[in-house]
Amino acid sequence: MNGLTVSVSPHIRDGATTRRIMLDVLIALVPAAVASVVIFGARAALVIAFCAAACVLLEAAYERALGRGITAGDLSACVTGVLLAFNLPVSIPLWQAFVGCVAAIILVKQLFGGLGKNFANPAITARIVMFLAFSVTMTKWTGGGGLFGETYDAVTGATPLTMIAQGNTGALPEITDMLLGVRGGCLGETSVLALALGGAYLVARRVITWHTPAAFILTVLAFTALLGREPVYQMFSGGLFLGAIFMATDYVTTPQTAAGRLIFGLGAGLITVVIRVYGSYPEGVSYSILLMNILTPYINRLTVKKAFGGARA
Amino acid sequence: MRKLGGVRAPHRKGTADSAPRPIPIPPEIRLPMSMHIGAPAKPIVKAGDTVQVGQLIGEAAGFVSSPVHASVSGKVKRVDEYDAVTGLGAASVVIESDGEQTPYDGLRAPELSDMKSFLDAVRDSGVVGLGGAGFPTAVKLTVKDVSAVDYILINGAECEPYITSDTRTMLDETEMLEEGALLLQKYLGVKSIVFGVESNKPGPIKKLTEFASRRDGIEVRTLPALYPQGGEKVLIYQITGRRVPEGKLPLDIGVIVLNCTTLTAIVKYIRTGMPLVSKCVTVDGSAVINPGNVVAPIGAPLAALFDFCGGLKDDVKKVLMGGPMMGIAVPDTDMPVLKATNAALAFSEKDALLPAETPCIRCGRCVSHCPMGLAPLEFERTYRLKKPELLEKYKVNLCMECGCCAYSCPAKRMLVQYVKLSKIMLREYQAAQKAAAEKKEAAV
Ligand code: SF4
Ligand code: SF4
Repeated sequence: MNGLTVSVSPHIRDGATTRRIMLDVLIALVPAAVASVVIFGARAALVIAFCAAACVLLEAAYERALGRGITAGDLSACVTGVLLAFNLPVSIPLWQAFVGCVAAIILVKQLFGGLGKNFANPAITARIVMFLAFSVTMTKWTGGGGLFGETYDAVTGATPLTMIAQGNTGALPEITDMLLGVRGGCLGETSVLALALGGAYLVARRVITWHTPAAFILTVLAFTALLGREPVYQMFSGGLFLGAIFMATDYVTTPQTAAGRLIFGLGAGLITVVIRVYGSYPEGVSYSILLMNILTPYINRLTVKKAFGGARA
Repeated sequence: MRKLGGVRAPHRKGTADSAPRPIPIPPEIRLPMSMHIGAPAKPIVKAGDTVQVGQLIGEAAGFVSSPVHASVSGKVKRVDEYDAVTGLGAASVVIESDGEQTPYDGLRAPELSDMKSFLDAVRDSGVVGLGGAGFPTAVKLTVKDVSAVDYILINGAECEPYITSDTRTMLDETEMLEEGALLLQKYLGVKSIVFGVESNKPGPIKKLTEFASRRDGIEVRTLPALYPQGGEKVLIYQITGRRVPEGKLPLDIGVIVLNCTTLTAIVKYIRTGMPLVSKCVTVDGSAVINPGNVVAPIGAPLAALFDFCGGLKDDVKKVLMGGPMMGIAVPDTDMPVLKATNAALAFSEKDALLPAETPCIRCGRCVSHCPMGLAPLEFERTYRLKKPELLEKYKVNLCMECGCCAYSCPAKRMLVQYVKLSKIMLREYQAAQKAAAEKKEAAV
């Protein structure tokens, strides 16, 4: 009878855990990972596995060095690793990928205090760092091989976005190829169908809500249509689906309310199009997400839900 | 209509079919003078006095207070000045029972003639909010202008997992609920009485509907089985669509809410003159050998209830008064059954394990599940930053501590703990603000 536990209510909890959520994200990434191997060849699998392992080990090593508890079990570092790999070209030298992992895990995540404390998305920020540091290899869309090797070779020189930027719309791949992902680009971003499948899984599992991805993608579609800039291709190319479904829904760095998420998606969509159309880069998804990450605390403050029965907040 | 948050907590109402059985009268019971919100009752007995069941032993001390009656016959053993067992901070009367349960010979059914006599009867019955809140019912029903009361809602939601004592009230004492509704209509002049019951209780809904359909102004409303439908503000909103504004009472928007067992306790007193001296309590949980509903004298130690239900398993690790969402974990089973106690739950080691807290991942689940539309994740952060003025802005005072946020948090943050701490911090801050303002005024 002695030693009854006295603790604060509630005394039951539901089954959701951080680990389970991260596991769901990993599961949702599987179709796109499979597609990347099919499209870009076995090296895609190598890059994904390398980044995932590097991120997990880096996090564990850092926590070990600082005498903190090892949190590899929550799988968040693994998710970051896979997402980073998805944002790299298949031909990326592994040492450069490693630099990206260091940027993601150490610089962006751990130096800010670890899971839940970082303000920017680790994978996105690392991609931007790498883009600035290794601009040649980060935009080299060759190598690999894969099932669709030959078709793919036809577009090795450029991604659809570069083609649009250069006004070379005649060379754009078929829409079906765009959906399947048989085009130039980062290894995990090309197969829109596989990514959408993962997104549907996450929505069904209630890991994410539809607000951010829908607002993000539809804003890009609508805005480019308005500007007459190949809206459908714009929607299916670059890292839009990958970013909208998997990075712009990262809990830590995006808003908590439905209204906030809609604003986030809208803002990211607008910035993406502005960069794509008016900037010197053909792709703007990473920058737009990073910018919106920075704005997130303000969006949160703007979109505090009105308390039920509460006077004006 | 705004959709309020909540959680689909498991029901676990395995005891719903268990008709309450009286437990043997324990040799000793303890009646705290403060089983309600408001001033503790004043003990009017001393050690050595003989008492009988239903005899007044603690007088209501003021308007917001409630009398306490002996729940067993026997001899007063002592009056503890400071009640260390219950931690309620007021005196309690310990009675050694003689096992006879002799009713007090001064008991008379009250004579009702008008609203005043009805309210006096409610006051004398010792009835307080039996859904858990423990607010003196007579105070709740004392209304300056009855014509401003549009509804009295009878709360039969019983949304907490495990608990089925209200279910039993609705099934076993249906005619008392009918009589109670008629009394409210007659003496308070309130036309519309609405019973609210969660959809997972078809039995009670059917029985209530039987009489409601024959009566004018009595209605039964089925609520979704979404915790916490029984929360006062949630119930009011679901049934009437009205919102209780911040800092106001249900009365201010023309609504009074009574728990269904509260109503039958009043009817019992009006019928027989026997005040509130016993309670139907659900005894359940993984560490209870034979879970079931029992009738226990108020003041009986929880141990007596568990013993009657076959005892506790050896690996018992947590004992709760009340349900798993809002109940209080008690340090031992000496704790007495209080007026508002509706469940005694005991859990084995594996159900008592505290989940490890991991960092908040800002997933927003606590926000989307909060029925009050609050942002629970901010309470912890703000409390740690020691910013009471921000807590005020985040409206921590509106939190009803229902636990939906912590229930759904994947990081297993102890969010309700921070709500409680934050409320204290905010109260201190507001008191200091007020004192400073008064001082300034005095200086002028
Ligand atoms: S539910 Fe828990 S992890 Fe999610 S935002 Fe709220 S406190 Fe943080
Ligand atoms: S903040 Fe309060 S009212 Fe909201 S879910 Fe948590 S405990 Fe319930």
